[in-house]
Amino acid sequence: MKVHATHDHADLAAEFVADSQRTAWHDQALWFVRAKRDTAARAVPEWERLRELASQIKLHTLANLVDYLEQFEAHAVQKGACVHWARDAREHNQIVLRILQEHGARRIVKSKSMLTEECGLNPHLQAHGIEVVDTDLGERIVQLRDEPPSHIVLPAIHIKKEEVGQLFHQRLGTAAEATDPKYLAEAARAHLRDKFLAADAGITGVNFAIAETGGFVVCTNEGNADLGISLPRLHIACLGIEKLLPRACDLAVFLRLLSRSATGQPITAYTSHFHGPIPGGQLHIVLVDNGRSRIRQNPLFRESLKCIRCGACMNTCPVYRRSGGYSYDNTIPGPIGSVLGPLQDPKLHRSLPYACSLCGSCTEVCPVKIPLAQQLLTWRGEIVRMHLLPWRKRLAMKALSIVLRNTWMYALAGRMARRIIPRTPRFLIYNRWNAWGKQREIPAFPKHSFRELYQQRQRATQSERKGTS
Amino acid sequence: MTATSKAEILRALRGTTLEPVELPDLDQSWTTYADRVEQFSTVLQAVGGQAYRAADLADVNRRLEQIAAYRDATKVCASLDGIHKANVRLDDATDPHQLEDVDFFVATGQFGVAENGAVWVTDAAVRHRALYFLTQHLALVVPATELVDNLHQAYARLSFAEPRFGMFLSGPSKTADIEQSLVIGAHGARSHTVFLIG
Repeated sequence: MKVHATHDHADLAAEFVADSQRTAWHDQALWFVRAKRDTAARAVPEWERLRELASQIKLHTLANLVDYLEQFEAHAVQKGACVHWARDAREHNQIVLRILQEHGARRIVKSKSMLTEECGLNPHLQAHGIEVVDTDLGERIVQLRDEPPSHIVLPAIHIKKEEVGQLFHQRLGTAAEATDPKYLAEAARAHLRDKFLAADAGITGVNFAIAETGGFVVCTNEGNADLGISLPRLHIACLGIEKLLPRACDLAVFLRLLSRSATGQPITAYTSHFHGPIPGGQLHIVLVDNGRSRIRQNPLFRESLKCIRCGACMNTCPVYRRSGGYSYDNTIPGPIGSVLGPLQDPKLHRSLPYACSLCGSCTEVCPVKIPLAQQLLTWRGEIVRMHLLPWRKRLAMKALSIVLRNTWMYALAGRMARRIIPRTPRFLIYNRWNAWGKQREIPAFPKHSFRELYQQRQRATQSERKGTS
Repeated sequence: MTATSKAEILRALRGTTLEPVELPDLDQSWTTYADRVEQFSTVLQAVGGQAYRAADLADVNRRLEQIAAYRDATKVCASLDGIHKANVRLDDATDPHQLEDVDFFVATGQFGVAENGAVWVTDAAVRHRALYFLTQHLALVVPATELVDNLHQAYARLSFAEPRFGMFLSGPSKTADIEQSLVIGAHGARSHTVFLIG
């Protein structure tokens, strides 16, 4: 896996953006998903009411999280599950490894779980000699390429079918030059079915956990999660503590929103409800904090815990669509990732709140009404307050603030710029210090500013009036 | 170790009191459909499945024969009586791996949801729930009277009192992970047929 020398969003995006055809293709692929989401949302008359309800349910749950976690644990145990608690990623990984070792499980099939990505579970298990196979097709593709997912719902959205064809030719023995998605998916089906049949245990994430029943719901379209945990006798479900819902009936609200927001589908093909282990088997549920209780304490960013990981904010984000998931250098990219990343490590992810034009589209599509654009703006203030803004930007902002607060300075600066810049040699304007000018041209300067033109006009009308009276 | 972790997590959560937000009442008016069968069938078709009205089980058998995958199927399993071609007994398998080569599975669905074309199925009469996902093709038989309008009505019917597996199944297994091209039959069933019977 690539380890980056820089964590700056703009630097990391440079390579992706350089290939303008690929950027346009990526942009279109995601816009296509966004358009499907719009159609699906508009077909539900009570869509806005559902968003509001979902937000309320999540806020209520966050306010009463202790009660609901305890309820969930008690009911899950009643139904026959074992419940574990992990403070952080390390403990989560240790717990999962210990359960697997106790069962002598060496071959694991795993379905998509952003939490296990966040915790780095795969490398931990592999380091202990356990084979982990990601079974979602997109995840398998990126796993075979030794890459992380670039999107939380569409992990391989950045990869072209020719590249998948080449990868499968090398790794799965498909015909050279084959690029037909149907043929390639069929090859993956055969390859992964062998893995399913040979698996000793299955690991899944969780979309929603229900306090009143002690059960949880996993949503997939491929059916990979279900296959992976109905053949082996051991199922480990990894679950962030923010995934709780109070009642089973709350699921109706969230399931109506989730897949419509994610891919424009009315519901996922498989929406599985687990209450207790498979007959004759074991179910282990690992409840993970890993910074969530800390985010809950933070009044500025608390609402980010409402996220249901649908990916709608990524699909709509003009920056994400054109810069790709890897430019964020965070398990979760896009607008929500730009809020969550700095919460984990503000220094490392300080550039993310700036990977945003503040257009507000993410806020509009978020099914649980996280004020994403507002939070990104708030983060910028926090980054400054924490003295994490690079000195160049800090200096530029200081200067700009002084100029913009003084009318005469602003007028003078404009007049000077109009005179000087058109006469300045190109290399002095477009150089490495001018990030703005990398892909942009400064527009031609007019001879006069609006203020000057307005004053001229006023003078003209005044003398005209004098002339007529 | 876990006991102290639990205590620590809960202590961290208790340390911050948030503004109380009331849990909303979901007993509200939601979209309903004049013709639920019509709505269900339209949505199911849009997600790659197929719904048929069937008068009775004899009719289901006749219609099954019209499906090429069923005619070609070597191993057919059914969780209900009266499926003519059924030749694999579900209860004979001691291990779900033995059902790996089932071509066609005909199962009972409890009820359908008009809004999204989903059918609620459980492992109550299916000893190995893996069969829902292992089979190459799947058909569900659902009483036509058992269609609810939306998910809110659906959850009003479900209690989750028993430790049991249940799911909403909507359409065949699918993926669009290669360049957003829809491919039917990712890991699970390659076709999904629902018979609304009666």
